[in-house]
Amino acid sequence: MTEITSLSLFELIKNIKEKKISSNEAAKSFVDRSQKSKKLNTYVTENFENCLKLSKEFDNKPNFDLKLPGIPIAVKDLFCTNEVRTTAGSNILNNFVPSYESTVTQNIWNEGGILLGKLNCDEFAMGSSNETSFFGNVQNPIAKDLVPGGSSGGSSSALAANLTPVTIGTDTGGSIRQPASFTGTVGLKPTYGSCSRYGIVAFASSLDQAGPMSKDVKDSSILLEVISSFDKKDSTSIDFKRNNYSSELTRNIKGIKIGIPKEYRVDGMPGEIENLWKKGIEYAKDCGAEIIDISLPHTSYALPTYYIVAPAEASSNLARYDGVKYGLRSSGESLIDMYEKTRSEGFGEEVKRRIMIGTYVLSSGYYDAYYLKAQKVRQLIKKDFDDAYNKVDAILTPSTPSSAFKIGEKSNDPVSMYLNDIFTVPVNLAGLPGISIPAGRDKNNYPLGLQIIGKPFDEQTVLNIAYSMEEKINYKNNITDWWME
Amino acid sequence: MTIDLKTVKHISKLARISLEEKKAEKLADDMNSIFQFIEKLNELKTENIEPLTSIAETTLRFRDDKITSDNIREKILKNSPEKNDDFFVVPKVVE
Repeated sequence: MTEITSLSLFELIKNIKEKKISSNEAAKSFVDRSQKSKKLNTYVTENFENCLKLSKEFDNKPNFDLKLPGIPIAVKDLFCTNEVRTTAGSNILNNFVPSYESTVTQNIWNEGGILLGKLNCDEFAMGSSNETSFFGNVQNPIAKDLVPGGSSGGSSSALAANLTPVTIGTDTGGSIRQPASFTGTVGLKPTYGSCSRYGIVAFASSLDQAGPMSKDVKDSSILLEVISSFDKKDSTSIDFKRNNYSSELTRNIKGIKIGIPKEYRVDGMPGEIENLWKKGIEYAKDCGAEIIDISLPHTSYALPTYYIVAPAEASSNLARYDGVKYGLRSSGESLIDMYEKTRSEGFGEEVKRRIMIGTYVLSSGYYDAYYLKAQKVRQLIKKDFDDAYNKVDAILTPSTPSSAFKIGEKSNDPVSMYLNDIFTVPVNLAGLPGISIPAGRDKNNYPLGLQIIGKPFDEQTVLNIAYSMEEKINYKNNITDWWME
Repeated sequence: MTIDLKTVKHISKLARISLEEKKAEKLADDMNSIFQFIEKLNELKTENIEPLTSIAETTLRFRDDKITSDNIREKILKNSPEKNDDFFVVPKVVE
């Protein structure tokens, strides 16, 4: 039989339900492999002992009606977990132990999932390479010294390295889809309002959304079904009828209309990405989809808009870290001095940069010129999508303008780092669902992803198209375990 | 538009982040390159556009004004960097 750790979530659940594998055997396998994979630096906090204990408890009193029966799962360290340290990748939360649980993780435990540990991420999810984490760089299992993407870089790395059967990330401007693309895995950002933000360390509240990351599309549908729920504790949570995403999953997408936006053909885009996209269009046609050329005229304004909206909201959200009630405190001569030193020592460079930008654009006299202007442009970007969806059911684009880059390659140039998110950011600004699926490789053999963007609340169509194309693409990661001790 | 050192220092005061001189210069450079990139939005005329305030067109819900959490004072105080029995302690603010 294949190793437990390389099974898909679907197969693992099946084996556990058929009593071929116990929850404890599964937990042991993932804990053991995780312990031999420290070089990847995926875990910030391990919950291994507890996971083994809880898996035994599950086996003693199994409930196979649950959707994730005794399944060990590691999660991004941006989700607050009751009594388990939650750092958001930041020094300022280095010693923070929440007294409550995020709704998304609670949904996972309610369905039988067991916490394996907390996964590394860019500090406060601000980054595209996991290099801004206080807890150090994460290695991409695809090749040594390659970034795993970000901000959910620990999640994508752990998933691709088979340290967890599935995982969850958060996506503010591409933080699920870009790392999925960089590691040959699947990542889905649901419609804004689908998954509760309660208990997720806030970055940019009007953009943040949690979502599943998995080895294949079916697994994402299973996990989405668990984590997507209406929640009174999140005032922006939306009460809509959620599908049974996994049982309604179908490869029949005959007649579905897929739009190809011409504006995503950006200057300087490598030929490999262009070719991948062309191949993707052929795959979609093979699946029975109808391809239609569309225009999203304001695409090039999305990144500048994002780099006003996200820092502005971040500067406001991160004002709470003042060293008074929790987290790091530096000593100061006065209260103000204490605040200033705490925040200076507690935050890393990228976070400070974004707080500064955000503070500037919200400061007296500049609100209209920046934040208000950006929110108006955001309306135009959303209208582009609304217009397109009069003609098509979904949109197909590349996930990223390049494959994974080397650690250190872009960390000195913030703008070039930001350009990574060029294809993913518009989706957050418009609040839409989007998935990245592995679709090919570049000349270095690094994975490349394609993105499918859907109508609001139409995750099912997005998943169905991805499921159908995945079969035709037939991508397999070839991981060599080079990091194993 | 350029952001000078004086502005950077003023913003760092507003953001309550103390800043070394050397870092302030680097930050001014970074902010200028980011704002250069942001200036692109000025190409667009937006006078008659309504700002997008919420992705989903819903109104914020109200909840009943009831206490829903248990008494978690001790749990909350456990994370405090400095405390006495019942209070968070901060540097002296009143002379």
